[in-house]
Order: sequence, then structure tokens, then C-alpha cells
Amino acid sequence: MKKRNEVLYFALRNKKLLIGSGIILIFLLLAWVGPAFAKYKPFDYANPLGAEPPSTEYWFGTTFFGQDVFSQFVNGLRATFIVGLLGGGLGTLVGMIIGFAAGYRGGILDEILNAFTNIVLVIPTLAVLLIIAAYLQVRSLLMECLFIGLTAWPWAARAIRAQTFSLRTRDFVDLARLSGMKPYKIVRREIAPNMMSYLVLVFILQFGGAILTAATLDFIGLGPTNAISLGLMMQYAVLWGALPLGMWWWFVPPGLAITAIVGALYSMNVGLDEIFNPKLREM
Amino acid sequence: MRRYLTRKILIYTLTFFLAVTIDWLIPRFMPGDPIRNMLARVSVASNASAIQMMYDYYARLFGLDLPLWQQYLNFWKALFQGNLGISTYLFPTPVIEVLKRAVPYDAFLLIPSILLAWYAGNNFGAIAARSKRLDNFILPLSYVLTATPYMWLGILLAWFFGIVLGLFPIAGAYSFSLRPTWSWTFVLDLLHHWFLPFASLFIIDFGGWAIGMRNMIIYELEAEYSRYLTALGAPQRLIRRYAFNNAILPQITGLALRLGVIVAGALVTEVVFSYPGIGYLLLAAIQNQDYFLIQGCFLFIILGVLIANFVIDLVYIVVDPRTRRGMVGESA
Amino acid sequence: MALKVENLTVYYQTLRGDVHALEHATFQIADGEIMGLAGESGCGKTTLGHSLIVLFPPMKYIAGKVLLDGEELPIWDSERMNAYRFRKVSLIPQYAMNAMNPIRKIGKMIQELLESRGVDYREVLPELKRRLDLVSLSHEVLNMYPIELSGGMKQRMVMVISSLLNPSLLIADEITSALDVATQKAVAEMLVEFRDCQFVNTMIVVTHDISILYQIADSILIMYAGVLAEKAPTQSIIESPRHPYTRMLISSLPEVGVRHADKRLSGIPGNPPLLLNPPTGCRFRDRCPLAYERCLEEPPFLEIEKDHYVACWKEFESHA
Repeated sequence: MKKRNEVLYFALRNKKLLIGSGIILIFLLLAWVGPAFAKYKPFDYANPLGAEPPSTEYWFGTTFFGQDVFSQFVNGLRATFIVGLLGGGLGTLVGMIIGFAAGYRGGILDEILNAFTNIVLVIPTLAVLLIIAAYLQVRSLLMECLFIGLTAWPWAARAIRAQTFSLRTRDFVDLARLSGMKPYKIVRREIAPNMMSYLVLVFILQFGGAILTAATLDFIGLGPTNAISLGLMMQYAVLWGALPLGMWWWFVPPGLAITAIVGALYSMNVGLDEIFNPKLREM
Repeated sequence: MRRYLTRKILIYTLTFFLAVTIDWLIPRFMPGDPIRNMLARVSVASNASAIQMMYDYYARLFGLDLPLWQQYLNFWKALFQGNLGISTYLFPTPVIEVLKRAVPYDAFLLIPSILLAWYAGNNFGAIAARSKRLDNFILPLSYVLTATPYMWLGILLAWFFGIVLGLFPIAGAYSFSLRPTWSWTFVLDLLHHWFLPFASLFIIDFGGWAIGMRNMIIYELEAEYSRYLTALGAPQRLIRRYAFNNAILPQITGLALRLGVIVAGALVTEVVFSYPGIGYLLLAAIQNQDYFLIQGCFLFIILGVLIANFVIDLVYIVVDPRTRRGMVGESA
Repeated sequence: MALKVENLTVYYQTLRGDVHALEHATFQIADGEIMGLAGESGCGKTTLGHSLIVLFPPMKYIAGKVLLDGEELPIWDSERMNAYRFRKVSLIPQYAMNAMNPIRKIGKMIQELLESRGVDYREVLPELKRRLDLVSLSHEVLNMYPIELSGGMKQRMVMVISSLLNPSLLIADEITSALDVATQKAVAEMLVEFRDCQFVNTMIVVTHDISILYQIADSILIMYAGVLAEKAPTQSIIESPRHPYTRMLISSLPEVGVRHADKRLSGIPGNPPLLLNPPTGCRFRDRCPLAYERCLEEPPFLEIEKDHYVACWKEFESHA
């Protein structure tokens, strides 16, 4: 069996991966086409009667102000995926740059980057995001992605550094070095492809982490201004008495979606780990 | 051991230094006059003389006419005097006073939930690693729990136990009708209000620790020292005990690494339950654009996390003999 | 006979099917004999060594019988096997560098291990110290953590622990591979000393390093692709090997200097067969210059001279 076929063979038989990616696909589809089906804009006061439970007109019911929950939900879902993709992607990228540089170069650069990583690791991400976000009066979704990406990288950098360290002394890397290849090229051509599976796992975890961080920021009111998000839906629900009024349709969908998406990502992560790592597979 | 500690303290000092610098830098890097920007949106003090008073006060505090290094030094000096400015939202209460009132609630909520979740999660994880049936149940559940946003679990618990079943209050730290005293009624009322926010923090963290411990134990049971003991006919009891003792070490480091996430979780949980800790304060500060209060919260959170990290390091030294013997066992 | 192994067969269970790592192993070891067990990596020598004491998944017992001092070892039943481990059969693992619990003092670990096996630590302590002296380790090591010991020290420490209860059979698995040449020699000589002091009765020294076996082994067993190829006194294996594989193996090691049979044998064209679905008949057939139609049948492992066993049709023919 060839290596690629083998990975595919096990991938198609791995329940954790299949269920996880299935859930992600469903929500992705919902985020993609959902807004086209929404009859109202997220912030429109659609229902003159105010809050109402789900009905044929308002599929997910309406909020205290009569806003359409379905419309908020699918638009928020879209924002969630964008944050995961861009924020998680940026976090992975920064982690890769710092991890590769520290792990491949070693020496004094490694010492400095390592100390820096440890510092950023100790500062609670949220606290920094908080102080930045609080001073910016207008915040866009892209900015949120940027903040999250730039603060979430430390553990990824650490993990990638350790992996690079162990690959650095392998024969094929030595060979590339002897043949006069530039360090950047060695990392790109020889080291990164050899830890591709690992990088995929890092990205998935960053993706999930970015979604949770964004939900927290949105919930305390530091998310994008003038845009809907799942975290903001939950904040409104709490602030406008959805709990005492028993308006479950307002706060259940956003949290459930986040839990399902992040849970599905974790499940994919475990599944992929089993596929990439034959040691876990052959039991 | 001394080297290990010195390095840690160095890192923490640097971190604190960096955090304070960020805190100082940000308002000064925003476009325009930071004081005007700030006061323009103050919603509480409405009359002109109050605004002027506040303006003078902040102008003195910021000292924008001084050279930058002087401003920076003054900032540190004020910090060491415990002067974090005056809250605009709760004018004229000093920020440090506002925070001092909130911190006990945070400690009351965070310390038990962190420690109990860590303890229970590790023990459950260790049991799950042993029994296939339990594992099949606990593992997926734990993954769902770690994927749950803190505020959502808080909302669900508040809704179900607070509203639907009516068993617990869902707002505040104690009933409005009571005054804080050391009476049984008050303590019971305090615990009654405390339980749901505590439970929601506990449950989510529990899942994370259970997964971590389960994976670590399985890894340790495959480790070579475990295999050697098996080859020498040692009973499973001894092998499991060794595996647990080894697996607990990365879990201690893990606690330090996860602290930031847990603190963020506590902030939003406090918001859900209107629990008067720093998280709740923070939401109010953000909604009222009270920058000094936001800064104060930021510094307190960082300080709290750094102190907790240091305590964890001390515990690690006690638990891992290798750090005591001057052999660096852990590189964090 | 101290050890009798009959028809021992062990497979590795994988998702792709059973890997026939060890098949139909039948041999004996006399009292006081140190037997070297050699072959290329993946030939099943480690599987054979481990199957006599502990089978970790995915290793699975398929068939066969092991008699130690006339008593049958329940090697298929890990629970029952516990009674024999350490006391009757013991192991010096390949991973001696990591064999000790990193967060226990060595003395404390030994104490906990012994007590879990119902042995009084204080009673054994004087003997333990004597043996530490023998391998030139200070008594202080009992008060240290494994990380404080050098590689060679850890190796010797594990040797002392493994042989502490005077087992009848001691299996030493690739114990010299992680050490430098000077230490290798010292460690190998200690093994002989352990036998001479009667700490152990017999020993199986698993290695890919045949030159070590020249120095210490009384006999050598050569394996190829999961089956036994040849067993004979060390002298005979070196001077008059009979199996074509042994002959190529010995002759491909020019003099004493080169030791690694582990590297693919440059002198022998081809590769060993995959053990997932091993071919029937002699497994060396494809690489053997002497192969003929008889080799399509599996050759038995027969004694052609006193103490000289071989599995090769050509040899049986010339001795018939």
C-alpha cells in the first residue's frame, strides 16, 4: 500500500474524523447559505410583538426587541467561521514562524524567542485583548481576528519548536544543508512537509481556540462594533432578561453552535491524530 | 532549584513590566487627546464643573506636557503608591477601592473551582484510563465539556436550576434584603448564590483535566519504566501508582498554562450571574467606557495570574524531585 | 537442561493482519550456558527474548511450550506469569536508560518493587550493596534519582536490579547498543561475572553485535525472518558455520573490527521477506545461492552434530 492511500484508507474508516467533519460541514453550509434564506436583517425590528417563540414566520423565534433570531444566528455563524479561519490561521502562522526560527536556528535567537514565548504565554490572552479592544472605538471583525491571532500563538510556537528541534538533525536536513540550501528553503522544503500532519493538528486546535476566545470577547462587549456574533447574541440574551423570561430560543442556538463546532474540531483532531500516528492506530 | 526559581521570577518580573508598559502605552498611542476622548463619552458626570474637575485631575495624572520618560516614570510611581486613578463610572471612588471590594468574590469563586476541578478531573481521568466502559462514556463527555463556552454553560445552569426549577438564585452574591454579617443566614445565603457560578466553572474545567489525565496516564503506562516493572512482575497497583505520580506533573504545569483561559471563563461566568467580582466590574467598566477601571482590572488580572503561576512553581518544586536536585526537569 | 523451548510461536496483531514474528522456535539451553541470540533487526530475536518473560500487546502467544528447570512457564497468561517474573526469569531491557521511575529515589523504588513481590528489602539490602560494589557503583546511588546517574551507571544499576533475586534465566536485550565501546566491553564482562558468581543460572544475550558474543557467549543462536537458522557452540558458529545465512553473516563481518550485522548485509543481495504473509518453505530461499526445489518445503531445525542445530535441506543432504 502506498502511503497516501493508506492515510485515506484509515481516514475513511475513522468515526471521530467523519462525525467531526460532518458536523463542521453542516454548520459551514448553514453559515454559507443561511443568510440568503433569512427573511430579515439581523438587527431589524422584524416582529412588532417583540419576543415570540419559534414559529413558521420566525424559525428560531424573535428577541426581546423583535429581532429575528434565525437571521442573527446564521450571520453570527458566518462571523464565527471567519474568526476561526483567520484568527486561527494567523495564530498558526505566527507560531510557525517563531517555532521554526527558534527550533532551526537555535542558540541566542532561540533563547530570546523562548523567553518571549514564555512571557506571552503567562499573560492571559484575554487581558491583553481587553485593553486593546477597550481603546478602539470602532472595531471590525478583521481586527478581532488580528488580535486573536497575534495573542494565541505561544503554545503553537512551543510545540513547533520542539518538533523542528528533533527534525533538524535528521540526515535529509543535513544533506540539504551540505548542498548549500538556504535555511528558509530548508525549513520550507524539508522540515515543514515532514511535519505537515502536525501542523494540521495545530491549526485545528487554533481554529477552535480562536472561536472560543472570540465568543468571550463578544460576550463582554469587546467584539466587532455593529456586527452580530454568537457571543453578542448571548450577551444580549443575558442583559435583556432572556433567562427570567424563559426565552430559551434566544440563548440556546448560539451556545449550542459554538459547542458543536469546537467539539467537532476536537473530535477531528483526535481522529486525525490516530490516522497520522500509526502507533495509536495499530491496537 | 535556585536557578529554576530565579529564572521563573525573572520571567514573571519581565512579564509584569511588559504588561504595565502596554497599559501605559495604549492610551497614549490612540489618536487625539486621550483625556478629551475619554471624557467625551463619560455618561455619569453630566454637569460642566464636574467634567472640568475630572479633566484637570486626569491632565495632572497623565502629565501629557512632560517628556515621555517622565510620564512613564510617574506612571510607575503612581502604581507603587497604589494609585490606579479614579473611576469615572463610580466617580469619585478610586479604582483601587473598587477593585479591593471585588477581589474577595473572585477568590471565593476561583480558588475552590480551580482546585476542586483539577483534583476531581485528575482522579476521574485516572479511573477512566483504567476502565474501557467508563472511558467510552467519560471521554466524549469531557470533550464536549471542554468545547462548551463558559458563559453558555452558565446560562444553561442559571436557566434550568434557577428559573425552571427555581432552586438557586441567579444574580448577585447575596440577597438584596440581607446585609453582610457573619451570621449563619448570611453565610448560607452567600453559598446559595455562589453555587451555580462555581458549578459552571467546575464542570467545564473538570472535563479538560479528565481528558488530560487520561491521556497522560495511558502514555505513562506505556512508558519504559512501566514496562520494566511489568517485566519484573510488579502488581498493577504499583505500576498505576507510579504512572499517576508521573502523570500529575504535566498536569501541574498544565494548570499554569490554562490559568488564562480559566480566568477568562470566570469573567464571563460572573457576567452571567451578575456576581460582583472583577469580571462583572469589567463589563460595567466597558459599557460605561471607564478606562481607568478597565486598566485596573487588567493589572489585577495579570497580577493574580502571575502570583498563581508562582505558587504553582513552588508546588512543582515540592512535587518534582528533579527540580530540587538542580536537574532541570521541566523547561517552562 | 535449564531451559527447553518447544515450537514457540508468537505473532504481532496489527490491523493489516498477523505478523509472523516468531515461528516454531525449538531449542535448549544447558545449565550455566550463556547463549547469544543474533540476527538482523526485525528477525524476531527480541520477540523471542521477550516472549519468555512478558508479552506486550500487540504481541500474542500462538503456540508452544517453555520449560524452565522442568517447570512449564504460563507465558500466555500474564497474571500467572507474574509469580515467575523477577524470581525465576528476569530481563535487562534494551531501554535501561529509562527503565527506572524518574521521580523515585532508586533505593526507594527497589524497596517498593521488592515489597510488592513479598520480599523484605532490609534482608536483601546487604546483598544489594555487595552487588553494587561488584559493578563498582557507590552505595550512594540508592539515594539518588535516575537522572543523576550516567548512562553506564544506569545500565549497571538495572543489571543489579534485574538479577537481584537470583533468577534461573536472565534475558539481556541489546544491552550494549546504547553504550560506547569501552563501556560495552565492561558491561559484557560483568554479565559473565554474574553467571560465574551464580547470581543467574543461564542467560540469553540478545544482540545484533556479534563481536560481543565472541567474548562472552558459550553458544550462539542465529535467527532469520522469524525462524531459527542455526545454533551451535560459539567456536563452531565462527569457524564452521553450516547455514548459508550464517556463513554469509560471518564472512560479511571482516575481522573483529566491524560489528554491526544490523546494517543491511551488503554481501547478501535482496531483503528478508515481509513477515505479514511469509512465504512457505525456507525463508532464506530467495537470497540463498544454494536454493533448490526442496527449499519450497520448510526445513526442520535438526541436530547435525553434537549441540549443532541447523535448518537447511542442503546440510541435511550432505549429512545423510
